[in-house]
Amino acid sequence: MAETLIAPTPVNAVPTASSLIEIENVSLYYGATKALKNISVKLEEKLVTAFIGPSGCGKSTLLRCLNRMNDLIDNVRIEGSMKIGGHDIYAADVDVIELRKRVGMVFQKSNPFPKSIYENVAYGLRLHGVKAKSDLDARIEESLRNSALWDEVKDRLHSSALGLSGGQQQRLCIARAIAIKPDIILMDEPASALDPIATARVEDLILDLKKEFTIVIVTHNMQQAARISDQTAFFYLGGLIEFGATGKIFTNPAQKRTEDYVSGRFG
Amino acid sequence: MNTLTPSEYLPEKNSDTTRLTRNFRAEKFDFWSFFFSGLTGLATLFILGILATILLNIIVNGWSAISWHFVSTIPKKDFFDANTTGVLPMIVGTSFRVIVMTIFVIPVGVITAIYLTEYASHTSILTRIIRAAVNNLAGVPSIVFGLFGLGFFINFIGKNMDDLLHHPNAVWGQPALIWASLTLAVMTLPVVIVATEESLKAIPPGLREASLALGATKLETILKIVLPQALPGIMTGGILAVSRAAGEVAPILFTGVAYYMASLPAHLSDQFMDLGYHIFVLSTQSPNIEQTRPILYATVLVLLMLTFALNIVAILIRARVRKKLRALG
Repeated sequence: MAETLIAPTPVNAVPTASSLIEIENVSLYYGATKALKNISVKLEEKLVTAFIGPSGCGKSTLLRCLNRMNDLIDNVRIEGSMKIGGHDIYAADVDVIELRKRVGMVFQKSNPFPKSIYENVAYGLRLHGVKAKSDLDARIEESLRNSALWDEVKDRLHSSALGLSGGQQQRLCIARAIAIKPDIILMDEPASALDPIATARVEDLILDLKKEFTIVIVTHNMQQAARISDQTAFFYLGGLIEFGATGKIFTNPAQKRTEDYVSGRFG
Repeated sequence: MNTLTPSEYLPEKNSDTTRLTRNFRAEKFDFWSFFFSGLTGLATLFILGILATILLNIIVNGWSAISWHFVSTIPKKDFFDANTTGVLPMIVGTSFRVIVMTIFVIPVGVITAIYLTEYASHTSILTRIIRAAVNNLAGVPSIVFGLFGLGFFINFIGKNMDDLLHHPNAVWGQPALIWASLTLAVMTLPVVIVATEESLKAIPPGLREASLALGATKLETILKIVLPQALPGIMTGGILAVSRAAGEVAPILFTGVAYYMASLPAHLSDQFMDLGYHIFVLSTQSPNIEQTRPILYATVLVLLMLTFALNIVAILIRARVRKKLRALG
């Protein structure tokens, strides 16, 4: 049973000198509650990293720190340092807009805009200065092709995105995120609301996107983490318990709690 | 390969089935259930009855006095005579003040609602004070708005405008269409604010997050994602404000309405005649009640139809917007 859980491409997860994402001693407070406890982890370029752990363990919170979506919540305080490409993303002079352009996000509940399929992808492009019709057309086709949606929607680009199925909507959200060519894509349980077939397609897509993007994915589905991720971080009660190559986390974890969780004994 | 026949995989037919169905049947007449369903129906009928009585009474008595001449004539000063009177200036005045009011109340109301839902901290004391102020504004009697309009718009703003513009005679410092419209705008502000707030709150937070995560600023998110979605709700607020304002007389009493004017209002600083106020005049100032009664009914009918028409136009526009939002956006 354990054999099938090994990720397709086991990697060496030892951090190199210049990791793309460097999280160092990060703690996060909601008011007086400490939601993240001294997290330190380094994520490499063009790998898929899975954040796993029981509900409320802080994995989504950490994910949302990476594009500063937590800024939207009142009473959040963050300590420690978080660097992307060597730059502290919480430095005073950071342009959050530019950060979010480089760090895209796909949400748990597919949230296409109530606009046409074309306009959904065009939205981000227009925000970032792509104005010419020919450029827009080319970039939209490219992103829809890369998100494996083009063949299904090419004849109805100008009809409402809300008419798509749940899985198609989620792939459209991925197309929308990759259209502006970010370096990193954050995915917050992107397949948790999808049926198994749609989930499989999204997973295939993630493996495909890995060639170009660095992906961090939060998932409750342990098989999913095993199938698509290169590295896995296990969180529990706001702390990072274990981080390493996915194959190792799932077959030979160093920590007892990790083993209990991945083998389904709790969580 | 073994195949199962239905008799093998279906559970055996249960002889209890008949007993079960029998138990679901109501065994006795439920009086209270009958009583309350009857009561709610009667209450509804009562409301419908009142509305039908009012409308029928007005239509039956007013219809015969309505003619093209009636709605297209500017009457002489003696407008109590059914043969020569008309209500054109009142139709123009009422429409004009409602439209000018809408132009002011929608932007101010929408911007306030955007501040309250999108920008203000929901727990701050300032927000709570603003909310309480909006709610209290909705509870202020309309005659008080009229006095406020007189004191603030005419005697303060209007007078100062005249001083600044060096008008020898009062141009703005007197009752005028603009001040009546602004007074009505202040009065209907809570309606627009509450309706807009509700429609903003109904927009899934996921849409805002999606826009922000793509690198949109808060302003871009509000303008391009939030407001288009909220448009039908904002228009509902506008429709309610128009319905409320069209028939109001008290707020315009001191701020712009005229007993009689020989010509139509042409400028925002003009006074105007008004259907609602004219109804009051007809019913209290007439020298000959029997002669005036048909035109009184007709004027009421015209006011109802005008309010109705303004509503229909707004509802049609809203339906178009909704359809467009659903189809594309």
